[in-house]
Amino acid sequence: SLSPGDTSVLAGLYGPAEAKVSKELPDRAALEVLLRPKVGLPGVLERSREQLLRQTCEAVVLGVLHPRTAISLVLQVLSDAGSLLSCCLNAACMALLDAGLPLATLFCGVTCALQPDGTILLDPTARQEQEARAILTFAIASSERKVLMATTKGSCSVEEMQQCLVAAQRAANVIFQFYRDSVRRRYSK
Amino acid sequence: RTVEPLEYYRRFLKENCRPDGRELGEFRTTTVNIGKCSCSITTADGSALVKLGNTTVICGVKAELAAPAVDSANKGYIVPNVELPSLCAERFRSGPPGEEAQAASQFIADVIENSQMIAKEDLCIANGKLAWVLYCDIICLDYDGNLLDASVFALLAALKNVQLPLVTINEETGLSEVNLKQKNPLIIRKHPVATSFAIFDDTLLIVDPTAEEEDLATGTVTIVTDEEGRLCSVHKPGGSPLTGAKLQDCITRAITRHKEVKKLIDKVIKSITPK
Repeated sequence: SLSPGDTSVLAGLYGPAEAKVSKELPDRAALEVLLRPKVGLPGVLERSREQLLRQTCEAVVLGVLHPRTAISLVLQVLSDAGSLLSCCLNAACMALLDAGLPLATLFCGVTCALQPDGTILLDPTARQEQEARAILTFAIASSERKVLMATTKGSCSVEEMQQCLVAAQRAANVIFQFYRDSVRRRYSK
Repeated sequence: RTVEPLEYYRRFLKENCRPDGRELGEFRTTTVNIGKCSCSITTADGSALVKLGNTTVICGVKAELAAPAVDSANKGYIVPNVELPSLCAERFRSGPPGEEAQAASQFIADVIENSQMIAKEDLCIANGKLAWVLYCDIICLDYDGNLLDASVFALLAALKNVQLPLVTINEETGLSEVNLKQKNPLIIRKHPVATSFAIFDDTLLIVDPTAEEEDLATGTVTIVTDEEGRLCSVHKPGGSPLTGAKLQDCITRAITRHKEVKKLIDKVIKSITPK
């Protein structure tokens, strides 16, 4: 489970396990992501987030090593105080790491909020997100800090987006260091 | 082509072109039909049919009256819904909307919200009592790739075509009176246009993918721009990683495409207005 500030997401990964015949793919693992909100039933917003997470994970997991299997990732939102999508991304990556699945690269989620006066705020709280002009969420890969996933809410100019991207890439370093520390702590016992 | 589709495609991509003869940066022929005469739905308040090559998407907008929400008493609603019925491609089964349809609906809702193309305050008739609800139903009739571009285009064209009757509230009875004779067009503030790219083998970017290309691609990017060159949405749902420079390249191409599409819409609107 991952909690930056007050946002908390619990991730559970199951797999590679036997897949149902209708769902299995002949040459790679079938990845499935389920995102459960804190309150209410999953709706269209959760579906689109599941699609984002699934395609991000599919690009990273070496599915060809486990054909005809199913990998299920279940995310439960425990509390939401802003930057939910990037929290889910980080939880997903750590779950993949913890499960020991073969990955091509690690990824981390970073949310940038563009405030009305033009300043860039990383990892905004819910209040800051509401006041912001635009919120951009990026999934940055650990190899060469390339962009794996991008989503924007609100409109911004092209230069502002590039600035946010650069800021996100720098923040990714901090997050990857956190991953290393967590894994080291877990396995040093 | 059926046995080793990826190899077949790679051979074409090496020559910098695609099996249907297009360049890597070329779009398919776009045609749009708006309104009650040349297209579509006569019972809807606004409709448009867009064909992007073989991909056919129809959008119908119906306006209904409702009470606005308590926390935003001066705002109306816009409810987009994207449907991928089983007739458009064999991979879609009938039944509850699949993930792709739901994700597309969410994307369209985000585009409307992000680009502020219709100010919800414009849809309000009487504060706290009555407002318009615009149900936008986007239905794909033939799926040959690039659904998001066609849907955004169809939505824009249909909304431009919508004529809302004047509604007044009778002070004494408190009931609404709809004047069907007097119609006003919808005020559209921004014109967002979507451009989709498919990523092949982590490096090659091709524009306007067909269904075949989408299946073989390792990732997709959709960029929505408005007329001021501002980004309304950058939608890259996973897939191969891209450098910032490549993303910038996509954005520049999206801005060029915006101008072409805007010209097309203006031309079509002009051709149907003198009636």
